Amino acid sequence: MKILVLAEINNGELAEDQTSKTVSAAATLGKVDVLCASNQCSDASTNIAKMENVENVLVLEDELFAQGLAESYSETLIDTISSYTHVFAPSSSFGKNVLPRIGGMLDVMVISDVSKVISEDTFERPVYAGNAIQTVQSIDKVKLISVRTSNYSAVPLTGSANIKKIDCKSNNTLTTFIENKMQTSDRPELTSAKVVVSGGRGVGSKENFEIIEGLADKLGAAVGASRAAVDSGFAPNDWQVGQTGKVVAPDLYVAVGISGAIQHLAGMKDSKVIVAINKDEEAPIFQVADFGLVDDLFKAVPEIEKKV
Amino acid sequence: MKILVPVKRVLDYNVKARVKADGSGVDLANVKMSMNPFDEIALEEAIRIKEKGKAEEIIAVSIGIQQNQETLRTALAMGADRAILVVATDDVHKDIEPLAVANILAAIALKEGPSLILCGKQAIDNDFNATAQMLSAKLKWAQATFASEIDIKEDIVRVTREVDGGLQTIDAKIPAVVSVDLRLNEPRYASLPNIMKAKRKPLEEINPADLGVEITQRLKVIKTKEPDSREAGLILENIDQLVEKIQENVGG
Repeated sequence: MKILVLAEINNGELAEDQTSKTVSAAATLGKVDVLCASNQCSDASTNIAKMENVENVLVLEDELFAQGLAESYSETLIDTISSYTHVFAPSSSFGKNVLPRIGGMLDVMVISDVSKVISEDTFERPVYAGNAIQTVQSIDKVKLISVRTSNYSAVPLTGSANIKKIDCKSNNTLTTFIENKMQTSDRPELTSAKVVVSGGRGVGSKENFEIIEGLADKLGAAVGASRAAVDSGFAPNDWQVGQTGKVVAPDLYVAVGISGAIQHLAGMKDSKVIVAINKDEEAPIFQVADFGLVDDLFKAVPEIEKKV
Repeated sequence: MKILVPVKRVLDYNVKARVKADGSGVDLANVKMSMNPFDEIALEEAIRIKEKGKAEEIIAVSIGIQQNQETLRTALAMGADRAILVVATDDVHKDIEPLAVANILAAIALKEGPSLILCGKQAIDNDFNATAQMLSAKLKWAQATFASEIDIKEDIVRVTREVDGGLQTIDAKIPAVVSVDLRLNEPRYASLPNIMKAKRKPLEEINPADLGVEITQRLKVIKTKEPDSREAGLILENIDQLVEKIQENVGG
């Protein structure tokens, strides 16, 4: 067994939580090597070298990898990647973009969104928006696995791996990066936050979403939203929690004005404690909430913000 | 230019998936099946591109059982010009893996020569989110995943992608494979006259062998189970009780 993890590094910045939890999932099978491919890798590789169970950090510094474009993974790099028996990546927009393309190049099926590594060829993954959990066994020579990172904890920083530069001719004549419009925020990242406050259709408007943001800031929480709220333009797309958005599992999830559609529950039902506030006592969210309050959110949330 | 749109027949998104008691999978016998919602969005986008005069022909492709022709008739009623059905199995419970789907679609693309393949970003049954990426790798074409905006400019397609943290815009050289996300558009309903017209549009039926593709399953499904369920909790009486619960669980 030879295990590789693809680190997520966006324009030189390590997505530490995603990468560390992916290492954690991969390390259930043994020691791992980590590939750092980005325009600027020195900070990222130093960080990764400290992660427990990492043996070697392979550094590939090239402008082509700055923005995570999948076409940059050339055939020579694929040769390096396929010398491993297992390749793990986070199931983030980076991993979902790159890993299946590598699968296509190698003629290997990707095992997406793995929630549990059972053995070297057997994995658990949710299907049907988390309404069923499937156990699959892969017969491929290389196992390509994207990890549902909310199911794993970050690894301790007790290691001291070797850092090696690798050389690899890459080229991308197919796609060109134009621009990023990223949400900048001082709040914790949604997928790794300990507390998440989310708003749904019941919040009613983009302006009213400030009520949700106010409570979130008071609790030091990340802000989430249901698909209905994002579709209605109340909240930006990268706040969406659910089957097709982000999957979160914080210690505390506060759902405000969210009815609890199946596809939303798929993204948050592994939270440790769920609190729901909704004026409709029949709302399905109360079926999964540990604590519910049937009340008008416009009255309740500002009062809660004052009192916590 | 031609646009190819693969459409999958899946359990209708309003129907709750029920795991079969023997753990062999999700029950698909006698339940409502529909076009995968993401594929509907891809098809709608293809139709809008054609309506703007930037495409001449839209070909819908479905891979699976004979009954997928219903899904293709829906695609034709929405506005696809013709359809190809690849009958790959006679068992509704046998899911054709994205890798096999990509191999079949690559063979069709080489034959048909589309400039653009528009796919849904994932199927709501197996949730793999892989077909578009695998297909573009097979064809050695550009890929643009999770599109929330698509703009065709001669030999490139400019795509705004929904990524973690916000939006990313890239230019992909045509021919390209684009996978679409939820907020790209709102698909239309087929009108009754168009449903009638769709019955006369061409629907070709082939087998994977006709394309020289052999389907081998790489992932063996060992079992399918219900997720651990959560118990409904306590309905609190007032805000003060809720504040207390929040404070208990916020941690240090």
